Amino acid sequence: MIRLAIVGLGKMGLSHYSIINTHPNIELVAICDSAGYVLDVLNKYTGVRTYTDFDTMLREVALDALIIATPSSIHTKMVKAALDKNLHLFCEKPFCLDTAEGEEITRIANEKGLINQVGYHYRFVGAFQEVKRLLDINAIGEVTHVLAEAYGPVVLKPKGSTWRTQRSEGGGCLYDYAAHPINLVNWYMGAPQRVGGTILNKIFSKDTDDEVCATLYYEGGKSAQISVNWSDESYRKMTTKMTIWGTNGRIYADRQECKVYFRGTACIPQGYEQGWNVRYTTDLTEAVWFYLRGEEYSAQLDYFVRCIEGKCASDNVNSFENAMMTDRVIAMMIADVKGGQKSDAQPEIPKKRTLFFRNR
Amino acid sequence: MDRLLFGDNQFFGVNHMSEEKALAQSIRFQDIQAVIDVLDNAYDEGVKSFMCTTHDRIALVADYMRANPARYQDFSFLPCMPYAHKYANAVTEDGMLGALKRFMPDEGLVNAVMRGGMSLAKKDIEGITTVLVDAEMKMFTGLRTPIIFLQNVVVDLLLGLGFKDAFRIFATHVRSRYNAEPGFITMNLPLLLDALEEVGVENPIVCSNINKIGFRMCGGFEAYVRALREKKVRAIAMSVFASGAIAPDEAIEWICQQPNIESIVFGASSRSNIRNTRELVDRYWPSSSLLPAA
Repeated sequence: MIRLAIVGLGKMGLSHYSIINTHPNIELVAICDSAGYVLDVLNKYTGVRTYTDFDTMLREVALDALIIATPSSIHTKMVKAALDKNLHLFCEKPFCLDTAEGEEITRIANEKGLINQVGYHYRFVGAFQEVKRLLDINAIGEVTHVLAEAYGPVVLKPKGSTWRTQRSEGGGCLYDYAAHPINLVNWYMGAPQRVGGTILNKIFSKDTDDEVCATLYYEGGKSAQISVNWSDESYRKMTTKMTIWGTNGRIYADRQECKVYFRGTACIPQGYEQGWNVRYTTDLTEAVWFYLRGEEYSAQLDYFVRCIEGKCASDNVNSFENAMMTDRVIAMMIADVKGGQKSDAQPEIPKKRTLFFRNR
Repeated sequence: MDRLLFGDNQFFGVNHMSEEKALAQSIRFQDIQAVIDVLDNAYDEGVKSFMCTTHDRIALVADYMRANPARYQDFSFLPCMPYAHKYANAVTEDGMLGALKRFMPDEGLVNAVMRGGMSLAKKDIEGITTVLVDAEMKMFTGLRTPIIFLQNVVVDLLLGLGFKDAFRIFATHVRSRYNAEPGFITMNLPLLLDALEEVGVENPIVCSNINKIGFRMCGGFEAYVRALREKKVRAIAMSVFASGAIAPDEAIEWICQQPNIESIVFGASSRSNIRNTRELVDRYWPSSSLLPAA
């Protein structure tokens, strides 16, 4: 049994807790959050061991692995402390707001050979995995352009602020929403050479962006367009779409389906035919042992467990290194905006104490 | 319980296969009259139980049914709660207290706040749960609600956390206050049945994906078949067509061969589709109590 704890019991933390708690190879030994109320209720009704102080938990509980689901601004500190204890780590996205810090903890994790994974769950969605498989076999020939979109109804009017609405805490449309399609583009295309035309536009938020556009440039004239808006009420929930043009066809994918058009010139993969092909989630999704909000959330945690058991730290599909590529593109986009609008300075990342670290 | 229950996914742009279809449905059902027209079709085909989320727009349907009691005398709502987005949005817009006020039942604000507030202070989820259930039930006042469901995201979240007492609390409250049967929607049927047994919710009504290809039957196809055979459960099958992956005839025939399935919940947007499903159920479940209205 792998002894695991979770720190941060917001939406993602609670969801991870519920899923991993049912995993047959996991013993969930403790949870940690700065808000005592949620902890007390959980302790009262489930008997789980709880901590409000992260360092105390690390000191008192024998662990093999840790899930970090706190706001991104304190990821570095927590990851470092956990690596000191030789823990395998699953960390929520976005990984690190400061790329230099991110690179340092990635290096430490790799040197120690500890499993390191970041929660970019779209890489576990069947339809997006099928896109990756098709691109890896050059099914649509040479890719020329990618359109990566994400829309949803998060900030719909000017209202109060939480960490999610502050870029300095890892919130905002860029970090919260756009990070996902950017991460998929990186998976499909690799790292871009440069970024241009970045727009981080406020629609309703005071402190951060609600709308993100950018062009990513690759060698050989290839490009990707990012179009993201989290103030779009016409979507019931977050919807991510990828469209990829190649010399021999086009791929469209969202969470539900993967549609591919193959030209007559294509070397058509088995199971596909010339013209339109549609693969639905029912065909593309592998069953999971426990379902909460979508197979991908369970699948990514099961993958984490299997990586720990198989000791395969170096080739994790969502490794710190892979997440760093996304952080770097985000940093390039912020720099692009700063370069274009010198007067519109971006907020510095505050180095402040948090409730999770009482004694630092 | 009716053999066929009418679901509401199609009315709210929920489609597990295609975003395009979901969008087309959202547009078609933007006018609440379009929803009521389809419910009329279902009713006239003998499908008189409507399993619905406690979405704000369902309140409009409930108002309509209340205003036309003669037309809908056998119509039942089977509410599925909570509609989670509603809470998230309300808290963002009005803050915690404002949201609480908005959802307070008619028994009087002071009373409900006492029940909810005291519970909050004591970290006692019994009081909080009952206040929230009452708030969700407000829109169905005066209408028939023979089964009240706890929705799957909440059921499965609690199940994973091991927060099993909540199921007992919900069941007890629904029985005593609404004289209704508690129902539980889950994507993890075998695991949930064990949990319900543990907290003493006997012979529960449980709604879950059950289909011939095992789509979203978590815990595995075999475990589902075994649970249906061996457990005391009143199962409702949803996603019987696996979002269109199984032909209707084949899907219904298979469902009707499984033990302990009392009902099928399905969605449709046209009278002919409703009729086709009803006819299949009549054929493969010969004892079906469904009869078309005269």
